[in-house]
Amino acid sequence: MTDVTVRADDAIPAAEVEDVELYHPKSWVTKYVYCQDAKVIAIQYSLTAMAIGLVALVLSWLMRLQLAFPGSFSFIAPTDYYQFITMHGMIMVIYLLTALFLGGFGNYLIPLMVGARDMVFPYVNMLSYWIYLLAVLVLVASFFAPGGPTGAGWTLYPPQAILSGTPGRDWGIILMLASLILFIIGFTMGGLNYVVTVLQARTRGMTLMRMPLTVWGIFTATVMALLAFPALFAACVMMLFDRLLGTSFFMPSVVELGSYLQYGGGSPILWQHLFWFFGHPEVYIVALPAFGIVSDLISTHARKNIFGYRMMVWAIVAIGALSFVVWAHHMYVSGMDPNFGFFFATTTLIIAVPTAIKVYNWVLTLWRGDIHLTVPMLFALGFIVTFVNGGLTGLFLGNVVVDVPLSATMFVVAHFHMVMGVAPLLVIFGGIYHWYPKITGRMLNDRLGKFHFWITFLGAYAIFFPMHYLGLLGVPRRYYELGEMAFIPPSAATLNIFITAAALTVGAAQLVFFFNLAWSLFRGKLAGSNPWHATTLEWQTPQTPPAHGNWGKELPIVYRWAYDYSVPGAAQDFVPQNQPAATGAAA
Amino acid sequence: MAEPALTNTGEALTRPAGWQQIAADWSSDQRAFKNVSWGKVMMWIFLLSDTFIFSCFLLSYMTVRMSTTVPWPNPSEVFALTIGGKSIPLILIAIMTFILISSSGTMAMAVNFGYRRDRARTAALMLATAAFGATFVGMQAFEWTKLITEGVRPWGNPWGAVQFGSSFFMITGFHGTHVTIGVIFLIIMARKVWRGDFDQERRGFFTSRKGNYEVVEIMGLYWHFVDLVWVFIFALFYLW
Repeated sequence: MTDVTVRADDAIPAAEVEDVELYHPKSWVTKYVYCQDAKVIAIQYSLTAMAIGLVALVLSWLMRLQLAFPGSFSFIAPTDYYQFITMHGMIMVIYLLTALFLGGFGNYLIPLMVGARDMVFPYVNMLSYWIYLLAVLVLVASFFAPGGPTGAGWTLYPPQAILSGTPGRDWGIILMLASLILFIIGFTMGGLNYVVTVLQARTRGMTLMRMPLTVWGIFTATVMALLAFPALFAACVMMLFDRLLGTSFFMPSVVELGSYLQYGGGSPILWQHLFWFFGHPEVYIVALPAFGIVSDLISTHARKNIFGYRMMVWAIVAIGALSFVVWAHHMYVSGMDPNFGFFFATTTLIIAVPTAIKVYNWVLTLWRGDIHLTVPMLFALGFIVTFVNGGLTGLFLGNVVVDVPLSATMFVVAHFHMVMGVAPLLVIFGGIYHWYPKITGRMLNDRLGKFHFWITFLGAYAIFFPMHYLGLLGVPRRYYELGEMAFIPPSAATLNIFITAAALTVGAAQLVFFFNLAWSLFRGKLAGSNPWHATTLEWQTPQTPPAHGNWGKELPIVYRWAYDYSVPGAAQDFVPQNQPAATGAAA
Repeated sequence: MAEPALTNTGEALTRPAGWQQIAADWSSDQRAFKNVSWGKVMMWIFLLSDTFIFSCFLLSYMTVRMSTTVPWPNPSEVFALTIGGKSIPLILIAIMTFILISSSGTMAMAVNFGYRRDRARTAALMLATAAFGATFVGMQAFEWTKLITEGVRPWGNPWGAVQFGSSFFMITGFHGTHVTIGVIFLIIMARKVWRGDFDQERRGFFTSRKGNYEVVEIMGLYWHFVDLVWVFIFALFYLW
């Protein structure tokens, strides 16, 4: 700890860059609609992501109803079911998780946490949101297009994605690909801003190794996204050409209804490589911000410095780098050379090392801490348990011999929902409960929050734990109904009804959360500027909620790292980052 | 909205050399790249991201070229022009490449004159660069027209693998789009330089922010990148 805490005699370097001049909004429209303030853009991103997330939630209800009571609902045809699966997956991974973590949390927290007035290029940042909104609208449009949205599965594997048997073949797939391309363009505009802000616009005294881990997580995830999304961009462009122009990038010769289609000579495996070169880093694009945020939540609410800060930073960077060389573990059943399987299994298992370092450090941070079981802390603890659970099944699936029989079963569904569905969502909830007081000036209702946590946390286990068992029985994923299969006992159907009951309950509990968000905005307890007694800069702003420009006249100066909690001899159990060492050690 | 590139504190940064300097810069506060403006860092990172897009397109082209069972058309014959009764392979591409490389030269000179605040020469050289770029795109349009009249389509061609046309139109089209965007921005920036916007600190129409002469250099980064990518396309598509 001594190497990151600065002594009083350490001089803070002079400012290297002139203070920026901000564009101040002149009307209601430029203040709340076409706004260039990162904080407003963050809220716009978050609300849009949550709105489209609600659509995905309803889709999951419909899927669960079908799985529990096959054939009972006339409005769920097999084609509908495939469309629900596809849109649920795509919305949750890209339009909700990625947008909320990077566009929402990233926009709000990066400038505040590094002590900047705003993102470096606010106008480009604003464009980023409006292109994201356009991407969401194009996605929503596919629900109303003739034939409905695409039902190709969220991985959109060719050749089936663009053949006539797949639902949404006429318009759905085109709108899906167009929406993804727009999303990537919009994200790149925002992502460049986040990266440059962290690298070049920190305040005096804020070295990289004094940044809160939240910023490290979002920063590394953004760098990864800027390198991974290009693969998806190229793949989407090529598939769009395959569908619209009749090119054959991904399409081999296909016989359909007894006659050859015009396609021939393309490589369906190429799509899988490009998709997963994006897809695997994508897992960590939503996981790394969660890692960062959860580190800060745990440290703040356990009133203890994060254990092994430097290791935590390097683990984030190592996970980010390694995640680019593991993508083919999603393709063990694609018929690749076993030697490749060996290579990718090895790299996959190596990722467990930095990830385990992080888990140990979280636990050691909690060790003998002054743990306050606040709502954000509950969600943070829930995340650790859930992430470990999901991560362990990841070790199963990373091995070729275990993965091959489990491929395309409910086991895989259970694994990825635990590790990159439930776990990051718990952090998102925790983050919202933690920062809502700063964003609105009011606390979220504690009782509703605890109710929301317990239903969500226990309910998620009720949903996904039994799915592991179903997967081991051999129940396949993505099936509309099971029919009569000799190897699946009738009890699987009972279990499916149980899972559905849990899923509907958890879904309903989210409505309590949304009610809490709206109710507390007007009726919540007034928060004050620093209700959690946190050290990081966003809690030290002159106003709450922070005004445009964040810091009033003078930018803050940072004297210490972000984790001076319970420092022996200090007056309070926390020392803010902008408090000079001399006064901090007094009393 | 670009930042002043200088360290305006009066006190010079004392920095070690070599690797130690990199370590010192990255462990310092405020900026990881000392004396590099926000705009320039942003362009570099964007170009890194764009490199990945072009790499994906080129790797995909190589993959389908290997996956198809139909022979690949011979680029030397396909891209030959008959001039004065003689068929000269790759002559058009050679001229196009020469023009694009030349435009990098004028761009570099424009950056130089930009930092000398020589408005007239900077604007003139930027316009010359734009003219070279427009010529390149024009010749590309000619090349496309010629191939289309010979029967090349994204979904087929008279000589062999259908992926030939798909890859050709996609890759050269994506690169041509980059050149076209570059030409448009070169003309906009040349107008700003010519009018003296950066001397008068005139505010941008959309962003309401002041620019400075550094945008010429940032524009140059983009332009040189587009040239460099062309070299790879030339080598991997036309010469292979």
